[in-house]
Amino acid sequence: MATSAAQRFGRRLASSVPRRRFSSSAAAAAATGGSAVQRTQNPSLNLCSAINQALHIALDTDPRSYVFGEDVSFGGVFRCTVGLADRFGKGRVFNTPLCEQGIVGFGIGLAAMGNRAVAEIQFADYIFPAFDQIVNEAAKFRYRSGNQFNCGGLTIRAPYGAVGHGGHYHSQSPEAFFCHVPGIKVVIPRSPSQAKGLLLSCIRDPNPIVFFEPKWLYRLAVEEVPEHDYTLPLSEAEVIREGTDITLVGWGAQLSVMEEACLDAENDGISCELIDLKTLLPWDKETVEASVRKTGRLLLL
Amino acid sequence: MATWLRRTRAVAHYLRRSSGRPSSSRVVLDRQGAPLPAVPPLGSVGIGGAAGRISPAPFPVFSAKRLESTRAEKHLVSVHEAEDDDTVEDDDDDDAQVLDFPGGKVAFTSRMQFIAESAEERVPCYRVLDDYGQQIENDCSAQVNEELAVKMYTDMVTLQIMDAVFFEAQRQGRISFYLTSMGEEAINIASAAALTDDDVVMPQYREQGVLLWRGFTLQEFANQCFGNKVDYGKGRQMPIHYGSNKHNYFTVSSPIATQIPQAVGAAHSLKMDKRSACVAAYFGDGSTSEGDFHAGLNFAAVMEAPVIFICRNNGWAISTHTREQFRSDGIVVRGQAYGIRSIRVDGNDALAVYSAVREAREMAIKDQMPILVEALTYRVGHHSTSDDSTKYRPMDEIEYWKMSRNPVNRFRKWVESNTWWDDKKEVELRNNIRKQVLQAIQTAETYEKPPLSDLFRDVYDTLPSNLHEQESQLRETIKRHPKDYPLDVPV
Repeated sequence: MATSAAQRFGRRLASSVPRRRFSSSAAAAAATGGSAVQRTQNPSLNLCSAINQALHIALDTDPRSYVFGEDVSFGGVFRCTVGLADRFGKGRVFNTPLCEQGIVGFGIGLAAMGNRAVAEIQFADYIFPAFDQIVNEAAKFRYRSGNQFNCGGLTIRAPYGAVGHGGHYHSQSPEAFFCHVPGIKVVIPRSPSQAKGLLLSCIRDPNPIVFFEPKWLYRLAVEEVPEHDYTLPLSEAEVIREGTDITLVGWGAQLSVMEEACLDAENDGISCELIDLKTLLPWDKETVEASVRKTGRLLLL
Repeated sequence: MATWLRRTRAVAHYLRRSSGRPSSSRVVLDRQGAPLPAVPPLGSVGIGGAAGRISPAPFPVFSAKRLESTRAEKHLVSVHEAEDDDTVEDDDDDDAQVLDFPGGKVAFTSRMQFIAESAEERVPCYRVLDDYGQQIENDCSAQVNEELAVKMYTDMVTLQIMDAVFFEAQRQGRISFYLTSMGEEAINIASAAALTDDDVVMPQYREQGVLLWRGFTLQEFANQCFGNKVDYGKGRQMPIHYGSNKHNYFTVSSPIATQIPQAVGAAHSLKMDKRSACVAAYFGDGSTSEGDFHAGLNFAAVMEAPVIFICRNNGWAISTHTREQFRSDGIVVRGQAYGIRSIRVDGNDALAVYSAVREAREMAIKDQMPILVEALTYRVGHHSTSDDSTKYRPMDEIEYWKMSRNPVNRFRKWVESNTWWDDKKEVELRNNIRKQVLQAIQTAETYEKPPLSDLFRDVYDTLPSNLHEQESQLRETIKRHPKDYPLDVPV
């Protein structure tokens, strides 16, 4: 049953923190300039707190940055925007009317004037009214103008993915629709420390980006997250588990499930290489290719 | 104040006076305006009704049970308590009931009345010049001096000729597509004249006159239409999809109304940067049916964004007449529905358009609010070169608007009546412009097309590996099959 599976994975996730620490501290080490693994005590954060931290840093470091969407002012339905309105004021952090096409259209205009516009879509299930603005406007804004204009400062955040009780309209994973739209980037983090670094990269990247946040992991995933301002590179996949028999590629919430699958497979004597794509568009073909050359098999989940 | 409310309060006032009841007690009236039997103050009704008795009323307002669950009493205020509310005019000293809801205070009515689907009369249309170019009133609100008037007029003529010649160029197969603004020269030029260069323009696609006003040259127009290598758009879009960052004119995109919510975001930026400028978003009557129109106007009102929404209501969206587009009284009435100040103006009257947009701009910037301007006009030309409008509307209707309601002729008469223009200048101007447009076309035609590499750049800020790979593959294919590659596109 979905609930117990979540609980099971939740417990396992908590216990698999050491493993997470390996990859995230590698990331943290990368962020601190490639020095040896540092045993500094970073606070443990869950995914939504990590995202909250990233947003605080983004707004703090650029006075022309904005966060807006439905219900973001009081902190958001997932508490990702807590404290922002109080700290940065109503002109920069504000609720919008209930209208996704308006939210994204507004964000495009704001970004086109050289601002960083972080728009929130309350659930990825509701992103579709904004599809025209994303595909026909945001994605093509720079190209169609001959690079006279761009809306690169736009980042659209949306919680995605199943949690068990969400039903049709609080569970969708619509990332594939966006993967066929040249001009935008699609980024999905797998963990709190990844989310903070990737979101900051997205906000500062000069291209419009759709950032899907695995809502299942908002509270469930907990790990040490460096407190400082750091970014993680886009369009770079990460091998989070090395293996020799088969390459598994995934992103976001499913990676934690895939990690369990790798452990199970190991018992059957199968050595799995697990890759977190992180950026789905443009994706890191080189890393996947190198892995498949090694293993000869590819499973995409 | 609504008549019904006045009457209700007047009756209540009279009845209270005549029955000697203290003026501060609340009176509930039945449908005939007679007071209902007195009920004890609501607060004295205890749970279970032990403390007092509510006499049975034919029109009970509150029962004890309802009071418990809804706590309505605290939302029920008399007009006296609402005195500090500006919207309540308290010229009578009685107390019709007013109810407090999240949206604010509303007055009660016990008369069921639906608001009619349309007002008895349509919203009137502001004009300064009559059909013969004479100023209707000695009103100096237009403030258009000779220099401005002559620039406006000459740009209207330039626009007319440019449209006509480019249209012909398409018919001759020299460009693939064109779209004229015939009939809308006054809207284009006069509205542009009322804005400053710092105001950000977000067009639909029939506003080339605005760009012309700002200084886009005939050559620059031609370059885009031919998609040559000096086109600022790098030859990527269809003709007429102009854009110019140096002129603060956002690049045209084909989807309808998408620019409207974007305009609000841009306006919010101006507001936060404390710029003394506004955004002007243009669109047609058809655009107002799109969701983006609703989204944009609603956002603008809530955000208090300094944006002017200029609607060119020209009667047609390709072949769809406005009667098939909406059933409201045009677009102007929609403004109030969003809480936006609006005006309807004669779009074929250059002075009216100029003064209305000037005024709108000042309000938008000084008061930081959106304004809606509906300019009524007629689309004289076909929708585009891909359209033959005689298929859905009578030729004589087109001719009528082209000849008798021509905005350029009308403005010319006014300019001439001020002795700022004459026939000689007219002939000279028209000849000159025509020559220039033809020259621009010839020159644009001789330029090369943009290089192949421009196909792949600017999709993102830098070239990603997959597009780099595509470009390499394309170049290899061209090497292998040179005969299949177009001659006028540099590799």
